[in-house]
Amino acid sequence: MTTLTRKQNLVVVGNGMVGHHFIESLIAQGGHNDFNVTVFGEEPHLAYDRVHLSEYFTGKGAAELAMTDGALYDENGVKYVTDCLVTGIDRASKQLTLKDGTTISYDKLVLATGSYPFVPPIPGHERDNTFVYRTLEDLDAIRECAATAKTGTVVGGGLLGLEAANALKSLGLETHVVEFAPRLMPVQLDEQGGAVLKDMIKALDVTVHTDTATKEIVDGEGAYHRMNFADGTHIETDLILFSAGIRPQDALAKQSGLEIGTRGGICVNNHCLTSDPDIYAIGECALWNDRIFGLVAPGYTMAKTAVANLLNDAATVFTGADMSTKLKLLGCDVGSIGDAHATTQGSKVFVYQDQLSNAYRKMVVSEDGKKLLGAVLVGDNSYYDTLLQYYLNAIDLPEQAQSLILPATGNAPVGLGVDALPATASICSCHNVTKQDISDAVNSGSLSLGDVKQATKASSGCGGCAALLKKCVDHELLALGVEVSTDICEHFAYTRQDLFNLVKVEGIKSFQELLDKHGKGHGCEICKPAVGSILASVWNDYVLKKEHISLQDTNDRFLANMQKDGTYSIVPRIPGGEITADKLIVLGQVAKEYNLYTKVTGGQRIDLFGATVDQLPQIWEKLIAAGFETGQAYGKSLRTVKSCVGSTWCRFGVNDSLSMAVSLENRYKGLRAPHKIKFAVSGCTRECAEAQSKDIGVIATEGGWNLYVCGNGGMKPRHGDLFAKDLDDETLVKYIDRVLMFYVKTADRLQRTSVWMENLEGGLEYLKDVVINNKLGVCDELEAQMNHVVDTFQCEWKTTLEDEAALKTFRQFVNHESADENIVFVQERDQIRPATIEEKSQLIAKAG
Amino acid sequence: MNWTKVCQTSDLIAGAGVAARVQGKQLALFLVPEAEQRIFAISNWDPFGKANVLSRGIVGHLQGEWVVASPLYKQHFSLISGACLEEEIKINTWQTKIEGDSVYINMTM
Ligand code: SRM
Ligand SMILES: Cc1cc2nc3c(=O)[nH]c(=O)nc-3n(C[C@H](O)[C@H](O)[C@H](O)COP(=O)(O)OP(=O)(O)OC[C@H]3O[C@@H](n4cnc5c(N)ncnc54)[C@H](O)[C@@H]3O)c2cc1C
Ligand code: SF4
Ligand code: FES
Repeated sequence: MTTLTRKQNLVVVGNGMVGHHFIESLIAQGGHNDFNVTVFGEEPHLAYDRVHLSEYFTGKGAAELAMTDGALYDENGVKYVTDCLVTGIDRASKQLTLKDGTTISYDKLVLATGSYPFVPPIPGHERDNTFVYRTLEDLDAIRECAATAKTGTVVGGGLLGLEAANALKSLGLETHVVEFAPRLMPVQLDEQGGAVLKDMIKALDVTVHTDTATKEIVDGEGAYHRMNFADGTHIETDLILFSAGIRPQDALAKQSGLEIGTRGGICVNNHCLTSDPDIYAIGECALWNDRIFGLVAPGYTMAKTAVANLLNDAATVFTGADMSTKLKLLGCDVGSIGDAHATTQGSKVFVYQDQLSNAYRKMVVSEDGKKLLGAVLVGDNSYYDTLLQYYLNAIDLPEQAQSLILPATGNAPVGLGVDALPATASICSCHNVTKQDISDAVNSGSLSLGDVKQATKASSGCGGCAALLKKCVDHELLALGVEVSTDICEHFAYTRQDLFNLVKVEGIKSFQELLDKHGKGHGCEICKPAVGSILASVWNDYVLKKEHISLQDTNDRFLANMQKDGTYSIVPRIPGGEITADKLIVLGQVAKEYNLYTKVTGGQRIDLFGATVDQLPQIWEKLIAAGFETGQAYGKSLRTVKSCVGSTWCRFGVNDSLSMAVSLENRYKGLRAPHKIKFAVSGCTRECAEAQSKDIGVIATEGGWNLYVCGNGGMKPRHGDLFAKDLDDETLVKYIDRVLMFYVKTADRLQRTSVWMENLEGGLEYLKDVVINNKLGVCDELEAQMNHVVDTFQCEWKTTLEDEAALKTFRQFVNHESADENIVFVQERDQIRPATIEEKSQLIAKAG
Repeated sequence: MNWTKVCQTSDLIAGAGVAARVQGKQLALFLVPEAEQRIFAISNWDPFGKANVLSRGIVGHLQGEWVVASPLYKQHFSLISGACLEEEIKINTWQTKIEGDSVYINMTM
């Protein structure tokens, strides 16, 4: 006879990143079938990505940061309760008490309660308008206060403090950082590194007060608070954010008598078990070997360890974790590896400092100079990946070890090839993925970067390993004999960028010429329009020229946008959205004469729908006579420059956004690009033109114009990156010329600027280097190229009306004067619309 | 045989299509100088987009086959057989010939 054994109750307290990872791992191992699993979380949300919390201020919503919407839990029978604080553990009766007094019994308990921000007990720390930086609710409160504040101060100049300072700055506050220690990031950086970082951050208009202790916080005169410092000085500030370190959340453990470290933290062994064999602690609340790990990766490893132990796998143990970090703080690269402070007996250091461009690098090596023990990087993290691999894998240093931190001279590659890494090398520390794991994934069928990411989860944590992961995947694919194809299609074994360069360098003027020299076969609907667009970007010929016409997508071929029934829409250019009454009347008259549907577009202009092919030239003749030009709504080219009325009319405007929008639209109209390009110009920070969602966004400031680049609306919205501030008119145009031409030159086909930026190695900083510091020495060429396009602008419709051969192609039938009987309209809200299929069959039946 | 004269070669566009109406039917004619056959005639009706637009697609050469890509949703149709490369569907095609400067179509199928 079998006895029914009751399933054990497994309760998890805390649903942060690590608590969630525990559940994920448990489910992955099938462990949810062995237990009744219940999770309690104090926060109102299910687990979210705290590591990327700051992105909540730069456009990500709570839903995007969420690590689960609950579906994973529901599907696997995991019960969860949010907004529910667990207030007590009774270990004798194995019961938990909840906030509302209810009790729950457990057989196994997992504490994943994380940590809480430490607020130094400075008199006045409990005043209104003081905050910490840990949860979505904290950020909501900060945002609300910042809306009316002018200045903000972060207490604490560590890693999180500087990230918080960045957030305050992005909220538009004048920002201070107050640090008790003599330097910034005292844990990760040495004295010189901290000093270089301080200089860099000061240059960004953040006031840094190191070696400064706050004595008290009292009422301010000009601002909400006044902070009085120990040395007698003070500052005034509207908002204070404490970021003075974290403390393990061990209240429950303490109350229930579990063993606690002298400075807090729930003591655990290598299996992540606490002093009670039925209770585990994982993540930031757990103290292992007298250490707390304030990073997510070690927490994940602990979660996996606890799952293994619960499922009776005693071989998996937690043995500490590497705390190396690389970060971009306020746009400054900072990296810290291993023994950054050179505390190892006998260790030696190499130091490189460049005060001109603010860079500092230090390597700590073993006494015999053979192994890397630690490193500090400030200003340029491109050295980090290689150094970290030497460190983590204890690879013997090369002969001239210092070359690892010296600027590259000549063309000798300094980096460590993927080849040199041992199979055990950790590629992604967040998800504990080794080179071997990647090799295994590729060998079992994951043949692209995306597939490998999905299979191993590598690069889905902090993202810091993305570049290295790509190298590894490519390396593995190559080893398998898989060609890593970036070919545009079967006719050209080149990328779009290659083709662009070939056209330019060899002066190639037609598709046929390019195909003869560098391609094979006869082309297709992928390479033809791509090359058509490249030819147009480089030479700016008339797109309907005999040798180009067959390359054009149908919209370009008929210079209008094809609609679902084969009719076209017509969008004349209305620069900046500004239009006279006379022109509006003409649009109305033309629409009436040809019975066109009219609509104001999302791009501040007017679209006329329902024209047949043969009507297009007639309609354009009228529009051009009235002073309109083609709006190129059909092209992969500049679309619209949206604008607000700006300082001319608006009481808040600080500059004439409309004149700027009109002149930008007139400058860049006609520029053909890998994809469409949209601009907007706003007259002040209220941003009525929504410039930050455009490829190029311009916002008027007291000091000139702020330039944003690579924003996107559409399918995957992206906030533009602030590229440069307070520019005068001339510099603004110069930068836009360069950014756009560099995009045209280097982007893939059909890649918007946003996606281009996301894929640009080195990202925003690199683009700034190219455009502002002329890093590649191409600025003159980019400008010349743009000037060529501007100087050779032609209204394609005007040219077409003057070109007999081109006009001939605008016929419904080559041999017959009749209309397409499938084009049928019905009336709706006093205008036409295409008839549906049912309506058509009814109408045809009636007519028959 | 029922050869109907449709138009002059000069009415066609090298490497692209035009629409024609022959015996009431809407056709798409493609002049492809690189192809052995040089001129192709297929139905102008896009069975996916449900509109008469195939003459306005881009001509391509995929794995040895001459095709046109629909301008609406980009399915490919063989210019010789009318077969769609993506789905089980076939559109009409007609025989064509060029004599002198004239383009002819055989409307018996
Ligand atoms: C007419 C218009 C809608 C309207 O009635 O207002 C429109 C219509 C079309 N949009 Fe749009 N978009 C229109 C404004 C927008 C906007 C708003 C804006 O520009 O401020 C956006 C979001 C902003 C952005 O692009 O970042 C927008 C994002 C898209 C996207 C998604 C792009 C993306 O990167 O995710 C597509 C699809 C694509 O391009 O691949 C698209 C594609 C299209 C196409 C071309 C789809 C197609 O192939 O038929 C539509 C045909 C245009 C036509 O005239 O027949 N349309 N479209 C707007 C024309 C603006 C103009 O004056 O030129
Ligand atoms: C702004 C910011 C940036 C960061 N950047 C990085 C980074 O770049 N890289 C990195 O590795 N790490 C980073 N971290 C640290 C990382 O977020 C943490 O290491 C990680 O979140 C720890 O996970 P956890 O589950 O242990 O704790 P938490 O995520 O804090 O989760 C603990 C949860 O338990 C809940 N809880 C506590 N007590 C109870 C109770 N009694 N009853 C019910 N629920 C309870 C809490 O409300 C909380 O939701 C960052 C942290 C912040 C705040
Ligand atoms: S962005 Fe500023 S200037 Fe322009 S309309 Fe809005 S409030 Fe006025
Ligand atoms: S190291 Fe963080 S995602 Fe890979």
